[in-house]
Amino acid sequence: MSGAQIEIQLIGIVVAAACALPGVFLVLRGMAMMSDAISHTVLLGIVLGFLATGDLESPWLLFGAAAMGLLTVSLTELLNRTRLVKHDAAIGLVFPALFSIAVILISRFARGVHLDTDAVLLGELAFAPFDRLMLFGSLLPRSLVVMGAIALVNLVFIAAFYKELKLATFDAGLAAALGFSPALIHYGLMGLVSITAVGAFDAVGSILVVAFMVAPAAAAYLLTDKLERMLLYSVGLGAAGAVGGYWMAHLMDANIAGSMATMIGVLFLLCLLFAPQRGLLAVAARQRRQRWEFAQAMLAIHLLHHEGTPEAEVENRLDHLQDHLRWEPAFAHNVVQRADERGLVRLENGSLHLTEAGRGLATTMLADKR
Amino acid sequence: MDTKQLAVQVADLTVAYQEKPVLWDVDLDVPQGVLMAIVGPNGAGKTTMLKAILGLLTPAAGHVSIFGKPYQQQRGLVGYVPQRGSVDWDFPTSVLDVVMMGNYGKLGWLRRPGAADRKAALSALEKVGMADYADRQISQLSGGQQQRTFLARALMQDAQVYFMDEPFQGVDATTERAIVDLLKELRAQGKTVLAVHHDLQTVPEYFDWVLLLNVRRIASGPVNEVFTDENLRSAYGGRVGFLNKRQDHESA
Amino acid sequence: MGAGWASSTSGKIMNLLDLLHSLVFDHTVRTVALGTATLGIVSGVLGSFAVLRKQSLLGDALSHAALPGVAIAYMLTQSKSPIVLMLGAGAAGILAILLLINITRQTRLKEDSVLGIVLSVFFGFGLLLLTFLQRNPDARQAGLNTFLFGQAATLLTRDVMAMAIFGGLAVLLVIVFWKEFKLLSFDREFGASLGLPMPRIDILLTTLLVVAVVIGLQAVGVVLMSAMLVAPGAAARQWTNHLGRMTLLSALFGAIAGVSGALLSSLGTGLSTGPVIVLCISVIVLISLILAPNRGLLWNYLRQWRNRGRLRTEAVLENFYLMSSQHDDPSHPHAVTALEAVSGAGNVRRSLEELQRRGLATPHSGNTWSLTAEGVRAAQARLQPALKDQP
Repeated sequence: MSGAQIEIQLIGIVVAAACALPGVFLVLRGMAMMSDAISHTVLLGIVLGFLATGDLESPWLLFGAAAMGLLTVSLTELLNRTRLVKHDAAIGLVFPALFSIAVILISRFARGVHLDTDAVLLGELAFAPFDRLMLFGSLLPRSLVVMGAIALVNLVFIAAFYKELKLATFDAGLAAALGFSPALIHYGLMGLVSITAVGAFDAVGSILVVAFMVAPAAAAYLLTDKLERMLLYSVGLGAAGAVGGYWMAHLMDANIAGSMATMIGVLFLLCLLFAPQRGLLAVAARQRRQRWEFAQAMLAIHLLHHEGTPEAEVENRLDHLQDHLRWEPAFAHNVVQRADERGLVRLENGSLHLTEAGRGLATTMLADKR
Repeated sequence: MDTKQLAVQVADLTVAYQEKPVLWDVDLDVPQGVLMAIVGPNGAGKTTMLKAILGLLTPAAGHVSIFGKPYQQQRGLVGYVPQRGSVDWDFPTSVLDVVMMGNYGKLGWLRRPGAADRKAALSALEKVGMADYADRQISQLSGGQQQRTFLARALMQDAQVYFMDEPFQGVDATTERAIVDLLKELRAQGKTVLAVHHDLQTVPEYFDWVLLLNVRRIASGPVNEVFTDENLRSAYGGRVGFLNKRQDHESA
Repeated sequence: MGAGWASSTSGKIMNLLDLLHSLVFDHTVRTVALGTATLGIVSGVLGSFAVLRKQSLLGDALSHAALPGVAIAYMLTQSKSPIVLMLGAGAAGILAILLLINITRQTRLKEDSVLGIVLSVFFGFGLLLLTFLQRNPDARQAGLNTFLFGQAATLLTRDVMAMAIFGGLAVLLVIVFWKEFKLLSFDREFGASLGLPMPRIDILLTTLLVVAVVIGLQAVGVVLMSAMLVAPGAAARQWTNHLGRMTLLSALFGAIAGVSGALLSSLGTGLSTGPVIVLCISVIVLISLILAPNRGLLWNYLRQWRNRGRLRTEAVLENFYLMSSQHDDPSHPHAVTALEAVSGAGNVRRSLEELQRRGLATPHSGNTWSLTAEGVRAAQARLQPALKDQP
């Protein structure tokens, strides 16, 4: 591996980590699409910053971008509060408008400058190692330094306000009652999303930032219920996607950021299918298992209901199950057989009777309905 | 009992969400021409029961017939009043328009509601005391008026059996009175009504038939036979504050 | 604005005339304007339903998700014909929707998370495919600019024809299934209880939304397509409470934005059409939000202000009467300051003037006022129920 290769992977890992941290809260709070909006509108902040300073390297650009991210959030909320449009429409109105202004400003006033909209939307990780800056006596890739710093800021913010974030995410009402300001936490978090989006679009572009923020966090949400673990897993998944994506791009001679987003998508898909508790396969297997259990309980309850009633003769006949429970003959047969094996029912000349065990199951199931 | 006279017959209805039972093996016979309240504690499966009967959810087992035939063949005989909160009342449409939706099933594809439908909708609105509101935008309605609009839409269906999900939820006294009168009128016409109801106090006054439900059927039948303290206790568990009040009331 | 813009009023008027001239006589400009107008109409119609069904961000996800479809269609056919690429984009859009619906239904993830994932991962995959096909990993040279921002200026007559045919078909289907779509958007469950196949109606409407997106991609591009589906409907909703009128108005707004965007960018200012169209429609939205009668912010503000004034006037009338009734003579004059002390904050003098206009109060010298006989009666009528309650 060459130095540049290692550096690109390192940058990918740091971007993934920086994005995954606030991403977890976006996913939990149902605001994932805000990341899409913010990552587009920061462009306007950068353009305005550039027009004001005339310098693409100025730190004011970062500041302007973060401010524009927050402005996007508050404009969306303002619009939402008028009740004239719904929340999703508010997002869909604000960000394209701000983004369009940015694109028009660039094409009118910033032509020829190295500020081109494709670069902002797509980024280019392959060039990242060439843009270096001096720090602590060594020449480091700019992206690595910037994203490293942003990841650190995210980490510090989340560690410092962990309790508050957790409370504001799961019980905003209680948080307010305890004297935390959910609004402050909310805007703090949105500030992080904005800074992260600005830092990351250089490397991966503003569209794929969304993949880095949302997909690992969503995958982690399928793996665990614990917030600490979710943060850890989503950083891990994002990093794995970045490294895997790098090598896939290397093999295919294709775009690195696109490949990383694809790989993160693949990891999400794997979690979606194979997550131990909530994966689709686990759920299907559990449902299959429960289906038999459930059907036996249903049979027992059905028999219990009609036990000792005049219509029991009819209701308890094996062939009646197909009729009334709407079970396929084969399925009904299978259920009865299983129930018989477990000693829940007895079959006497085509008529079913509950055993003591069967009666016990039916009563507990009914009592334990919640 | 002759099956022909049963407006609704439910047999062994079991509904589960994610293999978690919400209704267990419910049997229910509803004769034609009764006003039936479906009562039970929160989470007892009352709304689920209505939706399963209407085919809006797929039951794990059991079947439903309306006047002796499977539900799918009898849709034309059924009217539905969903919960008021289930729709967006800021939708750009008028009261009359919502009421005319009751006829969309019978209109068929490609046909637009015509003058006859308009007239029918206006007369349905008249029956619920909303004739003056026909052209009103639905976002300008009070809760009670929203409920009456939904009732008019169900009347527009010109059904034999009406299923209502909490028709009295959050309505004003005038609307409550209007709905009760409407229910009595429907009964007088030989129609059958099944309504999810929350207020136990008014069950004997408004309804003549009751289903006590708590995941399974506790009891069903005429109110004076079935609406007993014992049955209520077994449906509501320990929460029987109402019962004591009722006894006080009766002894007074 | 900038130096390229006309610098004087007469110049502006000349420009406007030029614009109209080129709209009528310049073939290229006419083609582009026709194309963007078609796009505006189709996305206006379908967008109305998307906004009402709270699917405003679906268009955003769909347009991004189209990229791998375009890449694969090209890979399979080696053709860059718009129809082939549109079909590829449409297929990818439908796949994206299926994933979206199923993942949202079967997991505990919220819809917006799944939207974000579908949007970005599909786009990333498309980027991977496209750069792989061109054997050039630099995304900036992949010719994506067209896809990102559209290229309305390069629309040819046959492109516009294709847009018009697909779009016309979509609008026609909306007209045919109007009442079903209305029912789907307002009360889906009630529709199902009527026995209508609501899932299939949903699939049809969503497919038409995909058609609108696909049509728009070439003209305004991925990023701004979402605005074309949200903004016309959101603006139209403010002006009317009638679904049919809202949809028509939405189509009109879309068309106006499309045409004016095409004309403004044809001025030779170097502006790409997509962002200009979006700015035009955004201005329409802003005007609608503020000025639309009944719903608009200005209207709302005026109504509140009037209500507050009316309530204050009535409060002053009642207080005035209560003060006066402590004297034997109800028309006894009182100082404005005394009334202010009783009525609390607010402009008491303006309320008094309002009462005077209605003939209920009269001013006297020394900054005092009294109720007229009429005023006493009015106050008594207002207070009657309250007074009756008192023992």
